[in-house]
Amino acid sequence: MDDNHIVEIRDLVKNYPVGGGHFTALRDVTTDLVVGEFTGLVGPSGSGKTTLLNIIGGLDAPTEGSVTVLDMPLGGKNHKELAHLRREGIGFIFQTFNLLPVYTVFENVEFPLLLIGMAADERKELVDQALEWVGLTDKVKSRPAQLSGGECQRVAIARAIVKKPKLIIADEPTANLDAKNSHNIMQILVHLNQELSTSFIFATHDEKVMGYLTRIIHLIDGRIDEDEHISEPEYRKGK
Amino acid sequence: MVRFLIKGVLRDRSRSRLCFIIIGGCVTLTVFLRGFFVGFLDDMLRQSAILLTGHVKVTTPAYAEEADLLPNDLAILEVDSLLAAMSANYPDLFWSPRITFAGLLDIPDESGETRTQSPMMGIAVDLLSEDTRQPELWDLAPKITRGRLPQEPDEVLLGEEFASRLEVEPGETATFIGSTMHGGFTTYNFRVAGMVSLGVSGIGDYFILADLGGARQALDMQGAASEIFGFYNDMYYDDPAAIALTAGFNNIHNRADDAYSPFMQALRDQNQMGQVVDYAKIEMWVIILIFMTVVTIVLWNLGLMSGLRRYGEFGMRLAMGETKGHVFGTTVAESVIIGLGASVIGTAVGLLLTYLVQEVGIDYSSMMEGYDFPMTLVMRAKITPDCWFIGFIPGVFATMLGTMLAGRGIFKRQLSQLFKELELEA
Repeated sequence: MDDNHIVEIRDLVKNYPVGGGHFTALRDVTTDLVVGEFTGLVGPSGSGKTTLLNIIGGLDAPTEGSVTVLDMPLGGKNHKELAHLRREGIGFIFQTFNLLPVYTVFENVEFPLLLIGMAADERKELVDQALEWVGLTDKVKSRPAQLSGGECQRVAIARAIVKKPKLIIADEPTANLDAKNSHNIMQILVHLNQELSTSFIFATHDEKVMGYLTRIIHLIDGRIDEDEHISEPEYRKGK
Repeated sequence: MVRFLIKGVLRDRSRSRLCFIIIGGCVTLTVFLRGFFVGFLDDMLRQSAILLTGHVKVTTPAYAEEADLLPNDLAILEVDSLLAAMSANYPDLFWSPRITFAGLLDIPDESGETRTQSPMMGIAVDLLSEDTRQPELWDLAPKITRGRLPQEPDEVLLGEEFASRLEVEPGETATFIGSTMHGGFTTYNFRVAGMVSLGVSGIGDYFILADLGGARQALDMQGAASEIFGFYNDMYYDDPAAIALTAGFNNIHNRADDAYSPFMQALRDQNQMGQVVDYAKIEMWVIILIFMTVVTIVLWNLGLMSGLRRYGEFGMRLAMGETKGHVFGTTVAESVIIGLGASVIGTAVGLLLTYLVQEVGIDYSSMMEGYDFPMTLVMRAKITPDCWFIGFIPGVFATMLGTMLAGRGIFKRQLSQLFKELELEA
């Protein structure tokens, strides 16, 4: 695997059994994601965006072809090995935040570090840092129910970034936010992308998100229809 | 991680409160049921031992065979030498000779003519010697309803109902009319020292309690006794030990060709008490087992409900790289935390309830009117060592089992559906 590549996908096919036959969600997908890219998977419903995210995140297995993520070929890996990959190297941001309601902001962000088994002092330092990145140092002790939607998503971002993963997978991260909050969130993500060189891959329909992407992979009927590299995204112009 | 889990359990009341109440309640009931059954069984055995069987009993084989007829002509002779030998050989027990007899009790008027008369059944035990434990065993002092305890060999206590029916008062004479152990006719004037209410159904209507010395005099049974009762010093009936003791004693003392050689029976060998003991023990464990099964099913359902409510959380955790086994393990760990906490509280409440029923008792005498079976009329629980931990079986293990059954769904979760499922959680 090329040192500069964070994800390598070769001749990927994904079939789902339907009735007596099967439905092909992805066909002959071949692409690479490079370190530090801010990539979006764009396409209509059923085009294969989420399936591709699932496979890159080790949540689903390819039917054919090969996928290598963070130097780990995913073919033949068991549940525990894939969980280890996600735990150590991948952060997730969900459309609906999925914060743990009974824990504070600090504890929600701390959770991935607990899974890694990190010492308490180190955890505190990293959580404080992550909350500073997303501008929530004043909400450390708040519970999710006390936060706005935008703040919840910022907590979710802090939770995804706290372990400084090389890759963050985000599924429609702005779908539940208004325009102002969407821009805020995307600006935070762009900042983290630039500061930490973390690679991001989004599945999105949102024009506002697309305006920040440096690469857009258009999927139609499970195939890559267009792979667009954008040197100056619309919302980053002049920044 | 454990601290993290404890925080979650304490803060998420909908996760912990209902479980806590149900588990705590079940543990309380388990502890109380155990204490109640043990107390009830213990009371029954104790009552039976004192009244009818002893923990072990020595008679002649001939007497044992005809015991229902109270055949004092088949009584044990030379009791004192046998008592001395048994006291020396079996120091874990104390021994008490007894005469059980029947006849008529005649209450004369001032001129000596019969005023009232009734059939009677008498038990004579050692009430007066210095080292006797019989008044303590029978717990006589608080059960005297009128008069006082006997102070002379010819003084007797009458059952309160019996005395009321005969319209006899303390201090009056009661004449026993019956036969001696040799078959001769006898009359003997007892003095009524007082009336006693033993709190046992089936005893009282025809009952007198006499001193052994007076009965021996009345029945011409010097040096003899119908039976010799043996009691463990701590008054706890140890069934296996009693069986072993009985076998050993009979090997040494009982001779097949001598119908008058000493013959020992354990409590379980008499009055079908063995069946009662076995049945009560089985019944107790069956009830506890059923109870535990119900608790497990209830907690299984609670776990399922909780699992549904936390579906999104589990999905998020799996996506973030927690293994299914770890998610499952933490839910089980949470159940252990809840189970332990609830078990501690439930056990404390259960012990308190058991203690109350042990001290105060439940009087059900009104329900036993007309029953002749000798049973205690106040049910008492008893705190036994296992009451301190038995609640933890349903409290922790049933909780764990219920959670593990409910948690199987975690392993069936399709990770490829996580993003869609988590979107639906909104």
